[in-house]
Amino acid sequence: MQDPSGSLRKRAEEARRKRAAYGEDIEVEKFDIAPREAPAAESLEDLGEDLKSTLLNSGVVPTGEGRSGSFLLMDNAVVHSSRKEDVEVLSTQQALRKHDWLKDYYWKAVPPDADKYTATTFLENADGYFIRAPAGKRTRLPVQTCLLLGSRNAAQTVHNIVIVEEDAELEVVTGCAAKSGVEKALHLGISEFYIKDRGKLTFTMIHNWAEQIGVRPRTTVIVGSGGAYINNYVCLKPVRTIQMYPTARLEGRDSFGRFNTVAIAHPGAELDIGSRVILSAPQARAEIVSRSITTGGKAIARGRLVGEAPGVKAHLECKGLILKEGGIQLAIPELEATVPDVEMTHEAAVGKIAKDQVEYIMARGLSEEEAVGIIVRGFLDVGIRGIPDNLKKEIDKAISVAEISRG
Amino acid sequence: MLEIENLTVEIGGKTVLRNVNMSVLAGFTSVLFGPNGSGKSSLLMTIMGFSDYRVKEGRIVFMGEDITDLPVHERAKRGIGILMQRPPNLVGVKLEDLVRVAGRGGVTPGDLAKPLQMNEFLGRDVNVGFSGGEIKRSELLQLSAQNPCLYLLDEPESGVDLESIERVGGAVKDLLVGRIGCAGKKSMDGKSALIITHTGQILDYVEADRAYVMCNGTISCSGNPRELLQEIRRKGYEECVKCKILQVA
Repeated sequence: MQDPSGSLRKRAEEARRKRAAYGEDIEVEKFDIAPREAPAAESLEDLGEDLKSTLLNSGVVPTGEGRSGSFLLMDNAVVHSSRKEDVEVLSTQQALRKHDWLKDYYWKAVPPDADKYTATTFLENADGYFIRAPAGKRTRLPVQTCLLLGSRNAAQTVHNIVIVEEDAELEVVTGCAAKSGVEKALHLGISEFYIKDRGKLTFTMIHNWAEQIGVRPRTTVIVGSGGAYINNYVCLKPVRTIQMYPTARLEGRDSFGRFNTVAIAHPGAELDIGSRVILSAPQARAEIVSRSITTGGKAIARGRLVGEAPGVKAHLECKGLILKEGGIQLAIPELEATVPDVEMTHEAAVGKIAKDQVEYIMARGLSEEEAVGIIVRGFLDVGIRGIPDNLKKEIDKAISVAEISRG
Repeated sequence: MLEIENLTVEIGGKTVLRNVNMSVLAGFTSVLFGPNGSGKSSLLMTIMGFSDYRVKEGRIVFMGEDITDLPVHERAKRGIGILMQRPPNLVGVKLEDLVRVAGRGGVTPGDLAKPLQMNEFLGRDVNVGFSGGEIKRSELLQLSAQNPCLYLLDEPESGVDLESIERVGGAVKDLLVGRIGCAGKKSMDGKSALIITHTGQILDYVEADRAYVMCNGTISCSGNPRELLQEIRRKGYEECVKCKILQVA
């Protein structure tokens, strides 16, 4: 562990029971730390059919076709890691051994003592994926990673680091899923992303959990001058509880950050999903767009824009649909400015589908259920507009698989 | 084709149509004149079955079947299609997708869009940012995919610039007298239409057989479309009520 003085460990130890600022408190000790050993797979194609279909439903292509690299973590074990293009794909622990300089990035964006989940992940010396796009290198195809919960009652602890060097461009698609039969488990994931000057990272995360899974990702992204971070998050399947509030820190002039979120809260689920952008450099711009639906669960859409430098421009938009009685939508948009020369706006709306829209489509011969399906799809589609075409197709597929119209 | 019998309709407890009687014969076109707010659009929306329009009395018979209590999509399936004057925006729904589902998968949106010059709108959200004329063409495009037997057209020429009127009028004509028959078992029958027109301009493109004038929520007179239109142009709608008295007498 990269902690020579032991000071981080001390801080983490002290935070072992520290409740998170948001979300239901999960008793981490009631879960077994997930196994660190699993048979490695030369290719994702060597996995069983069942697993492969889980991967596919989470946007991960087992053949690796159309991808520049692949990484699979099952429980806490690295099962597969490969690359086709000039991009580095390793496990975080491997990368720490290989690159001495990585200690300058390790636990530098996310503090180990933020809450009990970061503390646990730190103390477990968690592994995860390390992806680095070398300076000036534009990867043609996305790198795909998959974080799989493979054991019942397991606590998966993950630590990911992504570095996009100067003038480089990288796309990462991450599918997070539970193996079939794993109903109850816990996923803790630390992600530290660094985008250097004029670099661009498009990060798409598809969550594909199961009904009794608890999920606590902790993500911070640091963006340099002229750099761009685009985050797409999709969660359409049932899950017990997700609480996350990823933060992008736009620290370089003219940097840009965007968070797109589409989520469905099924009955019994609590989704507390936020996006935060801190615009601390001049002319930084940000956009947060969230589209959530409840079919009976609770959907909390947080959003926070902090303008700390002149010329900053940002907009936050969250919309929520309640499709069924019993569903709860809570939109909490927040704007904070500490200098006068900023332009920050937000809009939020929650409610049901407009009846006139449904009947308009019905007048073309579609049943009410079909009409609602079309509107809901369109509603979610807006949340992922502007994302690369190949990813959009996968997300569209995920939306149709979710059978939203039936509620 | 369509018979409206003694129809009384409320919206939110307020009566908007009173004892309306009228009919549209198979293969024929009827037009509906009347001042603003007289209830013309309400009649079309009621025939289509929109749920805000509550039928308190009377019935709507389509092809011999009482459809008064049928939901909107069942009426559409039986062959009724509407061009709405102010359709809602469908954010996130592409026009192309709506055209495709309206045609039950059996149409090529690009081909249908060509004569209406709507190809560049196929990738856009339905009605979002459309001009008056674009909305009409979008509605006609959806109708051409749907291919109903009875067209309910709510002021197809309103809010359309002169150049577009030509296109819209031509498209309406194509739909009504084009070679494509009604869907389903009535394919041998000609198409029928009930058209609301304020200015009568659509009559330059479509041959109408019968006209009705609606005033204060009820049909006050009926007759030859061109004669009635001339009368209305000369005297305005003030004669409406009188016309009713004449008819009753």
